[in-house]
Parts: sequence; C-alpha cells; structure tokens
Amino acid sequence: MMSENEEKELLASGHRMCAGCGEGTAMRAILKEAGPNSIATVATGCLEVTTTAYPQTAWEIPLIHAAFENAASVASGIEAALKQMDKKGETNILSFAGDGGTFDIGFQALSGMFERKHNVTHICLDNEAYMNTGIQRCSSTPYGASTTTSPSGKESIGEDRPKKPIARIAGAHDIPYAATATIAYIDDLKKKVNKALKADGPAFLHVFAPCPTGWRHGSDDTIELARLAVETGVFVLWEAEDGEICDIKITKKPKERKPVKEYLKKQRRFAHLTEEHIEKIQKEVDEKCEQYGF
Amino acid sequence: MGEQKGLTIQGNMATALGAKLSRPDVIPAYPITPSTLFPEKISEYIADGELDASMIRVESEHSAMSACIGASASGARACTASASQGIALMHEMLFIAAGMRLPIVMAVGNRALSAPINIWADHQDSISSRDSGWLQFYAEKNQEGLDLMILAFRIAEDERVLLPAMVGIDGFVLTHTVEGVKAPAQEDVDDFLPPYEPPHGKLDPEEPMTFGSLGTPEYYQELKYDQTQAMENTPEIIDEIFDEFEERFGREYNRITPYKCEDADIILLTMGSMSGTARAAVDEMREEGEKVGLAKLTVFRPFPGDLLKEIAGDADGLAVVDRNISPGFGGAVFAESAGTFINENRSPLMKNFIVGLGGREIFKRNFKEMYEKTKEAVEAGEVKKPVEWINMDEDVMR
Repeated sequence: MMSENEEKELLASGHRMCAGCGEGTAMRAILKEAGPNSIATVATGCLEVTTTAYPQTAWEIPLIHAAFENAASVASGIEAALKQMDKKGETNILSFAGDGGTFDIGFQALSGMFERKHNVTHICLDNEAYMNTGIQRCSSTPYGASTTTSPSGKESIGEDRPKKPIARIAGAHDIPYAATATIAYIDDLKKKVNKALKADGPAFLHVFAPCPTGWRHGSDDTIELARLAVETGVFVLWEAEDGEICDIKITKKPKERKPVKEYLKKQRRFAHLTEEHIEKIQKEVDEKCEQYGF
Repeated sequence: MGEQKGLTIQGNMATALGAKLSRPDVIPAYPITPSTLFPEKISEYIADGELDASMIRVESEHSAMSACIGASASGARACTASASQGIALMHEMLFIAAGMRLPIVMAVGNRALSAPINIWADHQDSISSRDSGWLQFYAEKNQEGLDLMILAFRIAEDERVLLPAMVGIDGFVLTHTVEGVKAPAQEDVDDFLPPYEPPHGKLDPEEPMTFGSLGTPEYYQELKYDQTQAMENTPEIIDEIFDEFEERFGREYNRITPYKCEDADIILLTMGSMSGTARAAVDEMREEGEKVGLAKLTVFRPFPGDLLKEIAGDADGLAVVDRNISPGFGGAVFAESAGTFINENRSPLMKNFIVGLGGREIFKRNFKEMYEKTKEAVEAGEVKKPVEWINMDEDVMR
C-alpha cells in the first residue's frame, strides 16, 4: 500500500540522531503517513535536540518546540487557534514526546489535552529512559534494566519497578483512538498513524523505539529488538477504537511466543540479570500476555 | 469617534473588557484568586455571543501559557490572566514566550507568593518574572487596567517590538473593587488595534518553519542580544503609542507620570494602586508647605530610567516605595532606580520603603512617614538605613 506521501521525506536526512536510533525510523514513517499538511509540537528530548539545532532544521513541516512537559498543551493552543481562525480542519496536529515527556513530566498536560477533546494526535516515542540526559530511569523503564539512576549492583537488580502501562491509561480517557506500535512493523505503524489522525478527537500512539546508546545493543539490532519485543510478548501491539478501552484488539499476535531471554540477552542493560531474574520477568510477561488473551 | 460608555465595574471586569475589545482569538486560562473573574467574564462574553473566541479551560497555568504559545505561534491573538502561584507555575513558559517573540498579553491580579499562603495584593508575582523578557505595565485604577490591556496588545504586536506583555492590577484593591470606567467603542478599538498578522511567519504548512530551535553556544548569545535590543528599543515606541491613544481616546499615559515634581525636594516613586493614596498624601503635605512630589511608574519593564532621571535628577531625595522584596537586597524598583543613577554626576539620596506586602493596607500617614524619613536623610546628608519596612505591627513582631 503506497500512500500519496510515500515519495516525500518530511524529516530530512542529516539530523544528529545516533546510528541505529529507533526514533529516526519511526519519525520517517510517521511523517510520511501524516503528510505535509501537518503541524507538529515536540517536547524537549532526543528528537528535538537532534533535529532543530539553529540555524538548521530537519523538519519539512511546521514545528514548535516549547519545553519538556507541555507538547500536548502547546498542541491544544494550535488546534484551538486553527479552529477559531476558520481553517477547514484538514491540518493534522501532532504532538511528539519521548517516554519521559509522556509517562512522567508531560502526563498532566497530556491528560488535560485528552479530557478537553482536542483534535490532536500525541505520539510517544518510547525508548524506556531519559536518554537525552544520559540514560536515567523513568516510569517507562522496565523491571531489571540497569540505568544511570537505577544501576545494577551488589544490592540492586537495576530498575525495580514495572513499566507504567501508559497506552492503557491514555485509552482510559475515553479517547477515540489509542494504540501501540513499533518500528519493526512499519505497515502496522503507518496504518495506526492514519487511524489516529482520522479519529474525530484526541488520539494516542505509543511507539516502541529501541535505543542502541541507552540499551547498549548493536546499532544494527534496532529493528530486530523491536521485533523480538513483540515476538516475546514484552511489548504487545494493540489498538482501541472509539474509546473501547475494555475491548482492545490485538493487532499482532505471535504464533508462538519466544522466550524473553532472546530479547534480554541482546541488550547490555540486562546483562547482569541471573537466570532467576529472567524467570521472574518471563513469568510476568506470561501473566501480562494472558491478560491480553494470548 | 464612537461614544465612550460609562460603566461601574470591578478591576477584573475592566481588564476582561479591555481584552474583549481587543478581539482575542484564543484565551487559555486557569482560575486563580484574585484574577478569577477575568476568565469568568471571558466565558460569559463567549456564552452570550458577544465575543467570537476560543476559550481553552486548561488544567494548569503552565498549560495556559503553553497553549498561549501554541496559539500565538499559529497567528492567533492570544491572552490569559493569572496571579501569584499561577505566574510562578508558568514561570518557565514566560521566558519561552518572550524568546519566541510572541506578543501574548496577560492580565495579572497582583498577589503575594506563598509561604505563608496569602491571596492579597503585592507585586511579588510579576516582579519575580522581571527577567523573563515581558513588558510590564501596572495600573493605578480600573480605567488604566482597561486601557492598558488594549495598549498592551498594540505595543506587544508592533513589528518593532514583538514581545509579550503583562498588565498588573492589584489584587482585591483593584481586581474586586468597583470603580467608574469609560469603555471605548468597539469600532474605535478596531481602528487603533488592527488584526494581528505575525510579520515573520507562523506555523503554516504552506511555509514550514521551526519555532523553538536548539540554540548552541555559537548562536544563543546573539539571539538573546537581539531579544534584549527589541526590549531596549521599546520606550520610544511605547511613548508614540501612548500619544496616539491619548489623541484617540483622550486619556494620557506615561511610562512614569510626575505629579508636583517640578520644584520638589523629595519625590515618592510608586507603582500600582498605592499611587492614588500617595497623591492624596502629597496634596496634604503640599498644603503644609512641604516640597514633595510623586512619580508614578506605569511601565516597569523596560524600566524608564531616562524619565526617572528627568523627573528626579534634581531632587534631593527619592523615596522608592516597593510592594515586593528581594530578600538580601531590597525592593526591585529601588534596585532599578539606584542602577539608573549609578553613573550620574548628581543623584538624589535614595531610601527604599517596603510596604503593603500580602495585602497590608497602605495609608496616607505611611507616605508621610516615608517622606519624613527621606527628609531626615537629606538633612543629615547620608542614608544610614537604605531599606526600611513601613507599617509593621509591633504586637505581631513580638
């Protein structure tokens, strides 16, 4: 399926992302799907820092970066302004933030934007820690990951809390569209971007994007890890339409789930885990998958 | 010229009416005492079909300013209202609005900052955002609140300025106090304030631009210099627009307004609603033969040092009255006034009086006391105690 925007790159090459950065792959696909009639806000973070260094910009669509915690509020203002000033409502309004800017510091602004029913699609590019500031843990960091503020050690397993289920929390705002996606399944990602933008009201897209620098994996393993996350059940792909958060649809169900060990062992942030720890993580993933019905 | 309609209204209604007459497109707002009536009135105007605008009932003041930034960058005329903790919460975004050169206007119901929590008047909230790059106007009465809102939009949106502006009215003393005002006719305001069209582009898919770039050390300082130059070029633009306003609407505004200053030995420098009380005190002291004058600050940012030098340069004493305090130095107006005279061959002796914090009343006798204390310093030829707190309750202090 080739959309009309397939030819045009809206995130110019020459940005300053790390080699193998999952966000770059995600952004390329997302912006192609959104097309040039779009306006974006971006929270402070890797995406912003690597694409907007004055006097250059990698953005071929209008972009505004204001601060860390308010991409969704800035987007609310844009949406209200366009609506008020007699625009036809055909311009897509996208709000981008990382996991820190979505799960943690940006959560209040996001919840407010959802509640007020702005026609904005918020896209969280999740690399599971504060990567821009140097791999500090946040509420998206999974259990067992060693980060610079949850280091593994004699007395520490690394991060000792489970990942916050942000997409389910977003969906619980009864918004018309909430979904999870990953860069390993670009068609699925694009389809979801399309649905999110077409939704009549706020939409949320949680995009899983591995980070070679923070996860300490090979830059050629990014897509492989994104796929393994789905194949092991660590990251579940689903969507909820029309606010039906209790009736989510699994969009990619692995025929046979691979052991989580295959996912964990490729990343040095999990290198310290013992067999016992891995078993515990496996058990938790099994329980979660059961909840999701597979 | 249409007829100006006489109304008897509270200060918040006056600033809300000033905003309404300025035809804002987007008003993101969050309620906070004592400025709450502003978003209430705006909501009412919209509900009654009197104002065609989009109100965003945001979940915090931080989001109020963030949404103003998004709306203004989209080419909308954006305004909001806040006070105290609300301004503290949006502090981060004030710098960003100014750095992006977005002419957002905010009505402030000036109120003390916690702790202890206090909902009453002082200037600590907006004074604490002095360095954010916003123009700052302070009203003495409700009429000024109304007019300054219209003026703030016009000045902020001037292509030579492009800076956000706040208009302060003292909490309760003005926000909740009913006074007579004259409201300009809508068509006259429309004539004075044309629709906002950002001169350097906006968020527009037809001409994509990036706002809020990363400014590395190779560029940051020059970008800040540009922004600061815009502020420094503003005084004569403000004077020009104040003059035009007076011609059109018959009310005079000055960055500093002198009163009985020509032959004054000692001048009181005030800001906000206290100026009315100070003027009455000056009149009484003049009757007693004291050579005292009053200089009222309407524009705090950019600080009108040029006018202060003209007005007070020949006086013997300047009593700077601050309704704010920077612990470890003194009041903000005092610091700025002292800085104004630092390289002058002649400077009045200066005393700083801290008054009216957290809604403490300011009486005529307090201004007389400030005058006396300044006169003593002038007669002694030295200022022993530069900063003094006035109208302290000895019982509470014990």
